[in-house]
Amino acid sequence: MSGPSTYVPKTAFSRWLDARLPIIRFANDTMLTFPTPRNLNFWYAFGAILTVFLGIQIVTGIVLAMHYVPNENLAFDSVESIMRDVNYGWLLRYMHANGASFFFLAVYVHMFRGLYYGSYKAPREVLWILGVVIYVLMMATAFLGYVLVWGQMSFWAATVITNLFSSLDQIVPHVGTAIATWLWGGFAVGDATLNRFFSLHYLLPFAIAAVVGLHIWALHVPGNNNPLGIDVKGPQDTLPFHPYYTAKDAFYVALFVVLYMAVVFYNPDLTGNPDNYIPANPVVTPPDIVPEWYLLPFYAMLRSVPQKLLGVLVLAGAIVTLFFVPWLDTSKVRSCRFRPQMKFFFWFFVVDCILLGYLGSQSVDAAWNLAGIDLPLVWVARFATAYYFGFFWVLLPLVGLFEKPKALPDSIAKSVLGNAQPMPAE
Amino acid sequence: MRIALPLGLAFAAMVSTAALADDTNLPPKDVSFSFEGPFGHYDRAALQRGFQVYKEVCSACHSLNRVAFHTLDESGGPEFSEAEMKAIAAGYQIDADPNEQGDIFDAKGNRLKRAGTPSDYFPGPFANENAARAANNGALPPDLSLIVKERAGGAHYVYSILTGFGQKPPADVKMQTGMYYNPYFPGRQIAMPPPLTDNQVTFNDGTKATVDQEAHDVATFLSWTSEPKMEERKHLGFDVMIFLLALSGLLYLSYRRVWKDAH
Repeated sequence: MSGPSTYVPKTAFSRWLDARLPIIRFANDTMLTFPTPRNLNFWYAFGAILTVFLGIQIVTGIVLAMHYVPNENLAFDSVESIMRDVNYGWLLRYMHANGASFFFLAVYVHMFRGLYYGSYKAPREVLWILGVVIYVLMMATAFLGYVLVWGQMSFWAATVITNLFSSLDQIVPHVGTAIATWLWGGFAVGDATLNRFFSLHYLLPFAIAAVVGLHIWALHVPGNNNPLGIDVKGPQDTLPFHPYYTAKDAFYVALFVVLYMAVVFYNPDLTGNPDNYIPANPVVTPPDIVPEWYLLPFYAMLRSVPQKLLGVLVLAGAIVTLFFVPWLDTSKVRSCRFRPQMKFFFWFFVVDCILLGYLGSQSVDAAWNLAGIDLPLVWVARFATAYYFGFFWVLLPLVGLFEKPKALPDSIAKSVLGNAQPMPAE
Repeated sequence: MRIALPLGLAFAAMVSTAALADDTNLPPKDVSFSFEGPFGHYDRAALQRGFQVYKEVCSACHSLNRVAFHTLDESGGPEFSEAEMKAIAAGYQIDADPNEQGDIFDAKGNRLKRAGTPSDYFPGPFANENAARAANNGALPPDLSLIVKERAGGAHYVYSILTGFGQKPPADVKMQTGMYYNPYFPGRQIAMPPPLTDNQVTFNDGTKATVDQEAHDVATFLSWTSEPKMEERKHLGFDVMIFLLALSGLLYLSYRRVWKDAH
């Protein structure tokens, strides 16, 4: 897609460097002249937004680590000391905690966008899979980071999540417990657990950055998908990435940061759980143990299954399913713009995911009162979980076979510019 | 989307959610505080009165161990004068370091003490958790440094608890011995006796010390101990938002300009 390089070194130094390490050529070809479909809309800005948030999380995290103490007796105090005594420590910590929330908000929009426009389909399967790998790494990193605060919810979230592994005892006796003990570095969540979680929480973001590099590489081989889902047919369909998409992305990044900063400065505990301002206490269990909002849909699925091992398998299956999406979809057409049935099921899927998130936030024994009849939420969660899996394993394969897609436009240029003469790309 | 979203919303509107068990506490009372909203700030007089309520009433059982004396004269807090702050600190007895003989107890076996300094933290009323429980019928009075942030409802919750005593428990509620009925507390039975009465403190500024006033002031004070940098945060936030909105405007204009001929 990127084609032969058009970079011409202009100075003696850049000619010298280009013959030895063509790094300026690489930057030029991938970030400046890279041909990008001319019809990318707002939803395509989330790739840039995510890159910015990875940067924010790493920078604020490195500074927070200078003040944080990973010790079971000092961790909570050190966080409070950051909030009270460190210059702008409150800002760093609120940026980091809410940065995680906005990182996930952006990644969910990015993933739904990929699903809607069929961005996972050939030749972008590897791009999608790398994206799912990043998502899994993000969930692990966010969970580890949440534990570091060492409040009540931190401690009990760590206990619940690590205990999921002990359900493997039901397959091979003792293996699950052995894994849990190995994860804890002891016989319960404690100081050793906190120390290794800190170490891994510092490590994983760099692993994410590396996979993001692969993700962008895998993007630059076939080039961007676009809202029409049709292939780029020539230079009239594309614009150079700079200045067109740098300008567009910069604007949307700024808008997203406005939203983020509004929360950081005016409602920094918006998504936080009050219980996490109580220091961790292994002998007092909070009445409701809930994860952060971005993991709630999976929590709802886990709780909807009465049998522990099956629940864990459903939870794992919900994530593993995402890896198979490129091969589950049988449609020849990428974009839901031209797939009337799939479009309906897609939006129903979005509502389903939000519903699962809501269900995960409610207490286990809650119920909806429907015209006098109590409908336990656990049953609502079961239907919602069934739709989640049904969407991927039944609807994606079947709808593609039976659906009659709308006619696709001839080209991106024609669709954007009508019959006007397309502008040259330069 | 045209069908699915309205369908979902209609469904959500039709049903009401309720927990099956109904032993939950009442939602906190709806009172207003000066520090609410994007331009909210702590009322200095209320902070100083609230500090007095903490010092003369709450501190008999509750510690405040994340708050250092020097923060009492810093901006964004009660803003006592430096002399007042030092006098408050000196009014507390802090465990002393070992003396020149290496002793931390005097000849009679009493712990050696010294006057508090600005860098010290509020000392707690009890030596340890067991001592606190022994003195309080087995219950542990929580540290109040973060109480507003660690309870759902925040300052409203603290205010509601403090003013929520005195109601007769419903006939079907069986009170445990040594417990007090308070419908704003989870489980509705609280080990804390009603802590505030009218005129329990005498405010220097002439404010009438009703239970309501005392509760409101101490809830304000404890909001500050939970979030001492709130005013700094909201001030800086205003500047940041102005900057970001201007930046977004400029970026929008450059985006339109770059794309002028591309559509």
